[in-house]
This record gives sequence, C-alpha cells and structure tokens, in this order.
Amino acid sequence: MTTAPIKFYQVGSFAVGNRLLPQEERSVQSDMERTNALTSGHRACQGCGEALGARYALDAAMRATDGQIIAVNATGCLEVFSTPYPESSWRIAWLHSLFGNAPAVATGVSAALRAKGRSEVRTIGQGGDGATVDIGFGALSGMFERNDDVLYICYDNEAYMNTGVQRSGATPPAARTATTQAVGPEPGNVFGQGKNLPRIAMAHEIPYVATATVADLRDLEAKVTKAMSFRGARYLHVLVPCPLGWGSASCDTVKIARLATQSGLFPVFEAERGEVTSSTPIRHKVPVEEYLKLQARYSHLFSPKRRDDVIDKLQGAADRNISRYGLLPEGDDN
Amino acid sequence: MEKPFAITLEVDSSLANHTGSWRVERPKYVNLMPPCNNACPAGENIQNWLYVAEDGSYEQAWRSLIIENPFPAIMGRVCYHPCQTACNRAQLDEAVGINSVERFLGDLAIEKGWKIEVTAPPTGSHVLIIGAGPTGLSAAYHLRRLGHQVTLRDAATAAGGMMRYGIPKYRLPREVLDAEVARIEAMGVKFQLGRHVENLQDAIDEGFDAIFLAVGAQIGKRAYIPAGEAAKILDAVNVLHDVEDGNAPMLGRRVVVYGGGNTAIDVARTAKRLGAEEAIIVYRRTREKAPADDGEIQEAIEEGVLMKWLSTVKHAESGSLKIEKMALDEHGFPQPTGEFEDLEADSLVLALGQEVDLSLINNITDLVVVDGVVQVSPSMMTGRAGVFAGGDMVPAERTVTTGVGHGKKAARNIDAWLKKATFEKVENSPIVEYKDLNPWYYSDAPHAVRPRLEGARRASNFDEVVQGLDESTALYEARRCMSCGNCFECDNCFGVCPDNAVIKLGPGKGFEFNLDYCKGCGICVTECPSGSIVMIPEKS
Repeated sequence: MTTAPIKFYQVGSFAVGNRLLPQEERSVQSDMERTNALTSGHRACQGCGEALGARYALDAAMRATDGQIIAVNATGCLEVFSTPYPESSWRIAWLHSLFGNAPAVATGVSAALRAKGRSEVRTIGQGGDGATVDIGFGALSGMFERNDDVLYICYDNEAYMNTGVQRSGATPPAARTATTQAVGPEPGNVFGQGKNLPRIAMAHEIPYVATATVADLRDLEAKVTKAMSFRGARYLHVLVPCPLGWGSASCDTVKIARLATQSGLFPVFEAERGEVTSSTPIRHKVPVEEYLKLQARYSHLFSPKRRDDVIDKLQGAADRNISRYGLLPEGDDN
Repeated sequence: MEKPFAITLEVDSSLANHTGSWRVERPKYVNLMPPCNNACPAGENIQNWLYVAEDGSYEQAWRSLIIENPFPAIMGRVCYHPCQTACNRAQLDEAVGINSVERFLGDLAIEKGWKIEVTAPPTGSHVLIIGAGPTGLSAAYHLRRLGHQVTLRDAATAAGGMMRYGIPKYRLPREVLDAEVARIEAMGVKFQLGRHVENLQDAIDEGFDAIFLAVGAQIGKRAYIPAGEAAKILDAVNVLHDVEDGNAPMLGRRVVVYGGGNTAIDVARTAKRLGAEEAIIVYRRTREKAPADDGEIQEAIEEGVLMKWLSTVKHAESGSLKIEKMALDEHGFPQPTGEFEDLEADSLVLALGQEVDLSLINNITDLVVVDGVVQVSPSMMTGRAGVFAGGDMVPAERTVTTGVGHGKKAARNIDAWLKKATFEKVENSPIVEYKDLNPWYYSDAPHAVRPRLEGARRASNFDEVVQGLDESTALYEARRCMSCGNCFECDNCFGVCPDNAVIKLGPGKGFEFNLDYCKGCGICVTECPSGSIVMIPEKS
C-alpha cells in the first residue's frame, strides 16, 4: 500500500468553506466580502440552480480580475428574473440586448475595450442553453472562430424554462418538456438529436473549454479563474438544475447536479485547444436511476410502467461518458 | 427623470423586492445531540472539544473536556469508549478515535502542567466523600469547582480506588493516575488517606453538610468449588491489589483464571507478566457473550493468554482442575454436557464479579439495600437526607467512566440540595442519526491506529501496552469528526443559497438567515453536512 500525506481539513475541500484553511486557499463563496454579483431580491424560483451558478461564476470572475468585468447577458430566465424594470439584482457592469446576439455584443464590448486601451477590463458573455445552443449559436460560433477575447458561460438547465419549459437543443433524451410530451411509444425527447456544445466549442480549437456544475463549487471557481488567465475565446458550460422545469424539489438542486456528475450523465472536464486536458473523477458512482428518479420530467420511465429499455439507454450514455472522459480511473472500483 | 436609450437600473434596486414573502417554510439552525455525547457515561461534550481541538487549540479543548470529566489522560487509557461505538462516522468509514484524542489532550495537559483554578466563591458548605476511587474523586472535583469545601477519605494509602488497585499498570501507568489525582488535590480537596470509615453514623456525627458514599465494590464474589486441601485458590481483586502493593502472590507456572469479565483478563495478563508460563482463562460462555471488552480479549490473546470458552471448573486439586465442557442452548445459555477433562493448574484465580462491602452502613436503617447495592433516588440521594451514593455501590454499569459520571451527577445534585434547590437537568436534544447528515462533504479518511507494543515483548513487563498518538495524528483524528448536529462553520449554507439570504457573521459567530429574502427552498438544509439546519413551517 502506498501512503500519501493526507491534506485533511475535517471536511476536505468539498464544502464551501473551511475555517482551517489558509486564507489564500479559501473559496470565493466563503468570503464575507464576495461580490454577490447577483444579489437578493431577484425573482428566480425557489432553489434556482441558474441564480446560484451565475453568482458562483461571476463572483469568481470578479476575484480573478480584481473586479474588472463587464457581463453581456442573452435573453432568458437569468435576464428576466434579475432585471424586472425598474429593479436590478446585478452588482456588476451588466448589459442585455437580444436573445440571439449576446456573443456578438460581447465581441463588440471586447473590441471597444481594446480600442480604448482598457484591456484589463474583461468581457463575459452569458446565457441559458436556449440562447447558447440554439438561438445565439451562429453568433457564438463566430465569436469562437474569430477567437474574440470573451469568456462565454452557458448556464444549462436543458430547456426553455422562462417561456414554459420547451425543448431546446440541450434537452436530454427521454426528458419530458412542454413540446416533448411523455406520450407514445418513445415518450419524452427523442434519442439521437440535440447538440453537445462543449464538444462543438472544442471543435473550434479555442484556448479553453470546460464544464462544471453547481454541485462542485471549488471546481467551478477554479475553472472560471483559469479561464480568466487566458486571452481569446473561452467557453464554460455549467449544469444548473431547474426545479420548475425538471420537476424536482427545490431543496434538491445541488444534490441533483451532484448525481448528474456521479452517474456519469454530465461529464466534468476541461480542454485546451480542442484537447481534453483533465476530467473530474467520479467519487461515488451511482446508477442513472438515482438521478432520474428525483425528477418529474423522467417520471414516465418509472410509472405507470417501468421503462427499463429507456433507462438502459440513458445508462449507456452515462457509461459512454465515463469511458470517453476517463471518469472512473483504473483501479478505482467505487 | 429622462432615461437614455439604454435603461440604467440602480445597483441593489432589487433589494426592494422582499422575496421572503414567498416562503411557506423557513430554515432554522439547531444544535442536536451527537451520538457520541449521548453515549458518554461521563456526559462529555465530545463534539465540542474535538471541534475546539481541530484548529490546534489544545488547551482550550482540554478545558472544554474537563468541564465534565477531570481525567482525560486516564479516560484515554481505560475507558471502553461507548462514544466510538455510537459514532456516526463508523457508517462512513470508521469511527473517530475519540479515545486516543482524549488521551492526547490529557497527556499534553500533564506535560504542560495545566492547572484548574477554582473560580466559584466559597459556599461555606463542607462535604465528606467516602472512597477515593473514580466516583469519589470526580465528585470531589466537581464539588470543589462549585465552591464547596471537600474532604475525601479512603482506607487505602493512595487515592485512585480501582484505577490503582484494580487496573494493572500496563493499562494505566501510575504516574498518569498520580498526575490527574494531584491536580484535584491542588484544587484544595482535603485528602484523608489510610483512614477506613467503619461506621457511617460516626462520620455523620462529625457534622458535614452532606456525605457522598463511593466505596466501590471490592469484595471478590466466591463460587463454591469443591477443592482438595492443597488446591491454591485466590481471588482476582486481592491478586491485583497485592501486585499493586508490591506483594505479588506466588501463582505458579500454570495459572487458571475463572471468569469472563475485564477483571479476569487483567489478572491473566498480570499473571503472564509475573512470570507464569501459561495463563488460561476459563469461562462458561463464548467470547461473544463474555462481558469483557473485546479489545482487551484481543490484546490478551496477542500476549499468549489462552482461552477456554464454554467451560466450567467442577473441582480443584493441587496441580489440577476438573473442567466440564458446556454448550449453549437455544436461548444462548450455557448448559453442562457431562464431558469432563483435566487441566493442569498451579493456581486458580476467581474473577467472578465483585460485591460491595456494606459494613459501614450496617446500622443505618434509612439506607435501602437491594441485591447487595444501595438504592438511590434519581438525584443520587440515599434514604437518609444529605447522604448520597454512587459508583459501583449503587445499581449501575461498573466502569471507571460510569463512576466519573456518577461523581459529576452526585456533585450537581449535592450542590442543589445544599442550596435548597433541585438540580434541573437540561432536556436532551434529539440524537443525530447518520441519515440526517450529508456525508458527501466529508473526505474519505480512515481511522488512525494507535501503536501498540508487540504482544510477546509486552507480556514480560508492566510497560504501557497502548501508545499515544503524536500531535499530527491526533489532530488528523480530531478533524475526522463530522460534528453531527452542530454547526462547524463550513460555509455551505452561506455558499449554496441562490438568494444570498444567509448572513455570515464571522469566525466563531455562525450564520443567520435573512428572512427578508429567504424563499424557503431548503437547499441549505439538504447540503448541510452536519444536519444542523432544519425546516420549520411558517405560521399561516
């Protein structure tokens, strides 16, 4: 048996904070002086994963840039719930234009800053999966191929939640949405369609692509910080469970994101210039069923008749991620 | 005001929107009962002193510990740690080595010479304690801390009771015992050693304000065993006492110990150390059913002590015993089989339990004795007003830790009685179960094992068998605590709130909910590692 020094602080580094860690190793979110980029009073639903993900990511970006960021937001839940006129929850420089043009506006902001010689001010584009994967995709792809100096963050809740839970290109197979009802022989969203945007971003061979979830704060903060160390186009894809659209309990938002990673359904990794450079191993592997069962959008897989055929296909997708991204390192049979 | 083409909204303008009005349930911070604390016979607040120790504040941790128990160095050696049996961490990987951290703190206190100041003003009351064992010493300590004058009287010439005359040195080195006793003496407790109290009435007549009886159970139980004239039969309690006094009896080459409790194990291991080639424990039931601590049995086996389970001694002759084999019936009781064998033995030591020497209360009519033990009220008072009793002489589990707990309980009740009040025990909070925790957040970290002397080497001397942890290992072990049911400021609630509705008050001050904005989603409850937040319904 090999022994390694265990760096052990009661709860390791899995909790948000840790009183036993030196200051410089503590998370942004544990800091009483964090930006709170998205502050209280916003109108997101109870237990909103997107509100949480946005604060995590932007607070980390604020720390990484010493407070020098401008965020450009696409239309969507995040925009609507944060800025119902005349209120705003944003405590950072933030602007919104249209549903489909956030990457292009972000490109413009970045170009303007360069023209003004203000290169220390960094630009972030952000939106939900609808704006990113579907409606703004052309503008985003253009931003990537021009390698514009923007970090684009997609908060992926896997459907158009703001308008009433319609399917998007990021909706997973078998999930029920308003437009993919749980009826017929293959209920819910179809298999074999949709887009894997992290992989599409990697195909542009931009400097940095990463995925993260609201279940692993430290990983998310590290990736935002790393992204801000690059210049050029960067893409961060954050899984943010949606209690309303997914039909889950509001208290389970973080738990569901965790189960998405631990089942292998959502691989957490990072890539540079089109090559995967690291992945976050699964700590306690769970069958996909544990993830699916907590969500009403998959309830048709369990009642009135259990659909093992569909569950098996989803498990197959998880297993493919596990082998593709090396989520279960060899010898680790947990 | 004329708005430009691009609308500008004020920073923090959303704070006008009090989303707390959406809520139907609210989160609440709670302090629940960790299973370790609940299991501790001495009522230690284990979770608290581990928490304090985790950042290296060892003296503060020790001071938290001794609020309940004045003997951490002794406990860390002789306590059978029911806390660890109850520890929720056992369901994650392995129980926290509470006992070894306790010993570390206790040893450090001795090394550093940390003292206990009596800060309570003198009450003017004087309490006599009869018996300077763990129970009496604990009561003396707690009464002294409460400001009472205490006189402690014992027939033996040194204090400690069974900690000195029952527990062998290889489990409890005497310098450790002496140091922790001396600390109590330094608090101003008056020790009257070598003074046997033959008659309680005489003591009562001396005019103390209250008396606490803690004379223990020191008479070995006898079982009738037909024996030849030359058979050598001894009693375990006397053997251990004589060894302590430096008058080790001649036990011979082959020693048989009859009994399955901790005393039997102690005698067998002591016999090995006194030079016996073979020490054999004969017990009528199985190892699983033996009352001795399994760790002690294991250590004895490692030292070469032989075990004869399911056996009784039928007859003793000089040099030989007749043993009958037993078998467990369907109820788990041992039944004779009629199968006999001879066992060579130079001596037979009986370790069949102990009884209380009640001679000092023979003429006191108010004291009720049932099954050989003194009956006490829930406040530990006997039938005679102002006379309390505890430890092995009252109905209880007979361990050092239980005795220490009795001493504390008696002290608090005596204090209340002297002040003409009733001691109100605070109602215990609900116990935290493993299912109430979110173990995801705890790193995988196996238990640190205490080094032990090798079996063969240690069986030849009285050196301490179990060694202590060094500082880094003790700290690691303390940090394995999951802080069940009590906030340890991991910041999870502060981080996971999508509404920024948790206010962090700063180190040591904990958190508050900002109910103006808390929507009652409950993520903080689900993600709290230690189960220290609950949801409660809003009043409709």
